[in-house]
Amino acid sequence: MGGEAHHGKRRGNFIQRTIDALAETLERSLYAEQLAEGGGLLQRLDPRVKLVAMLGFIICAAASRNLPVVVAIAVVALGLALVSRIPFRSLMPVWIGMFIFSGLIAGPAIFLTPGPSLATVPWLGWQVSSYGVRSATLLILRSEVSITFSVILVMTTPWIQVMKAMRVVGVPTTVVVILGMTYRYIFLMLQSASDMFEARQSRVIGKLSNADARRLASATVGVLLSKSFQLSNDVYLAMQSRGFRGEVYTLDEFRLGRNDYIAIPIALVIIVSGIWFGYV
Amino acid sequence: MHIPDGYLSPSTCAAMFAASTPFWYVASARIKKTLSMRMVPLLSVFAAFSFIIMMFNLPLPGGTTGHATGAALAAIVLGPWAAVISVSIALIIQAVFFGDGGILAIGANCFTIAIVGVFVAHYTNRIVAGNSAVDSSRRVIAAGIAGYLSINAAAFATAVLFGIQPMYFTDSNGAPLYAPYPLDIAIPAMMIGHIGIAGFAELIVTAGVIGYLQKNDISLLSIAQTGVPAAANAAVASGWQGARRMWLVIATLLVLTPLGLIAAGTAWGEWGAEELVALDGGQTITAAPTGLLQYAAIWEAPVPDYAVSFLSSEQLGYILSGVMGVGLIIFTMLVSTYIAARFTRRNEHSNP
Repeated sequence: MGGEAHHGKRRGNFIQRTIDALAETLERSLYAEQLAEGGGLLQRLDPRVKLVAMLGFIICAAASRNLPVVVAIAVVALGLALVSRIPFRSLMPVWIGMFIFSGLIAGPAIFLTPGPSLATVPWLGWQVSSYGVRSATLLILRSEVSITFSVILVMTTPWIQVMKAMRVVGVPTTVVVILGMTYRYIFLMLQSASDMFEARQSRVIGKLSNADARRLASATVGVLLSKSFQLSNDVYLAMQSRGFRGEVYTLDEFRLGRNDYIAIPIALVIIVSGIWFGYV
Repeated sequence: MHIPDGYLSPSTCAAMFAASTPFWYVASARIKKTLSMRMVPLLSVFAAFSFIIMMFNLPLPGGTTGHATGAALAAIVLGPWAAVISVSIALIIQAVFFGDGGILAIGANCFTIAIVGVFVAHYTNRIVAGNSAVDSSRRVIAAGIAGYLSINAAAFATAVLFGIQPMYFTDSNGAPLYAPYPLDIAIPAMMIGHIGIAGFAELIVTAGVIGYLQKNDISLLSIAQTGVPAAANAAVASGWQGARRMWLVIATLLVLTPLGLIAAGTAWGEWGAEELVALDGGQTITAAPTGLLQYAAIWEAPVPDYAVSFLSSEQLGYILSGVMGVGLIIFTMLVSTYIAARFTRRNEHSNP
């Protein structure tokens, strides 16, 4: 899987952009696995505790009706990122991406939401409504806070353990197993797709016409589909030859440690008070 | 990008999980019955496949690019129930590990894409394809239309979820707590992009892959459709060619459907402005922002005014008028790409 050098972003070339996107996904997960082994605070906690706590924080942010509480939860998120040694430069693209996305959506609400007028935009004559500003701020901040928590979780926990931990929130074992297998095949297929595009890229001189690019994309997807079916048959036979009879079992290696017993009450207090004050 | 957290209230998220659960349950029961032990590897691999194709950048006619969800393709190749599970799993992995879509919004994203999108694709494909042979070009057309309608249905469902937020979830002042736009803004805003751009990404992937499989691996196409004549290894000449014809069919349909509605000629763009005053009870804003009123006139559409309640005939009317406008855009796009292709070809001939 190695050897994923960072490709220069040559925008405008469809093949290159897809290769970049595929490589980025690979890099991101490898990077997350690396961070998950680092010695930060969250890395030392049980994945189940982290999963439930992050979920609690996200619910807290979503349920809060007042801005200061969401800001407080944002501070908690930043604090956790800091003590877990997640570099801010890896969070920055996530924040900026979400800001652009939410900003585009929430931006017009500043003018469209009915409410007391704060200011008027010169030339256009649009009224900035104070309720609109509040709504837009809430929307952007909430989405930023939520995504920060989920990024913190997957950057401090090996992904396969995140999936196993999902069983505590009621995800059935079969689904957890499928998730785990899916995760592995994603990388296999990322590699296949990337290879196919690179093979084509190395044989293209000049610019591929849009129609050819679409044909190439459809053919690649088609080949991937055929490959997936072959793969699933092979995997099925392999599983059967090892005694698979339709029942799935997983090794339960999680055990709560001393750190977890300290972390659980702290998280609980933050979440409960967050929900309490957020509702006032 | 799928619905992130923060856009929907926690109760909406919970409701969407509750709405999705019976589908997940039935899907897993059905799959267990038909696929039994094969289910685990097949769904895993197909979920991985759905995940990967969501990352493909597709050049669309008109110079933009788009991503497909693969929901329609999954529905057609795997059948609807297996598609519900594998697309849901792909969405869960996207949300949890790649931050694409919120964690609390997983239920909502699965409902709109993996349930609404999948079933719309399944039934559309079944109706349009009828009893045609697996290798017929009608199947390619059916797949394309299924893809196009599937993602638009998903977008519409998402827009409705957004649009009901300010109706139910406001603070004591009446300021929206979650997605801030009412239905009459959320629906057109969401649909324009999907009818015009994202729909084509789905259309191209779905039709293109079905066309490709017809030529190269036709056995895959008879997995979900039992009782359909399977002509193995048939070389199909028309495969992808059907796509251009299908665009024309779609454009014509879009333009023609709402013709009967064109009667009165009042502006429906007044929504923002009129409602601003109405919603506020005329207390703080006595007049709508003049800027808004100015722009209100841009949107001339066939429907006079509309009730607040969703799905009233006027509501449907302005959606249809939007649809018709988009049909015209598609026509323009087809004509311009045709002319552009002609032009470049001639240039290439003249400058060898």
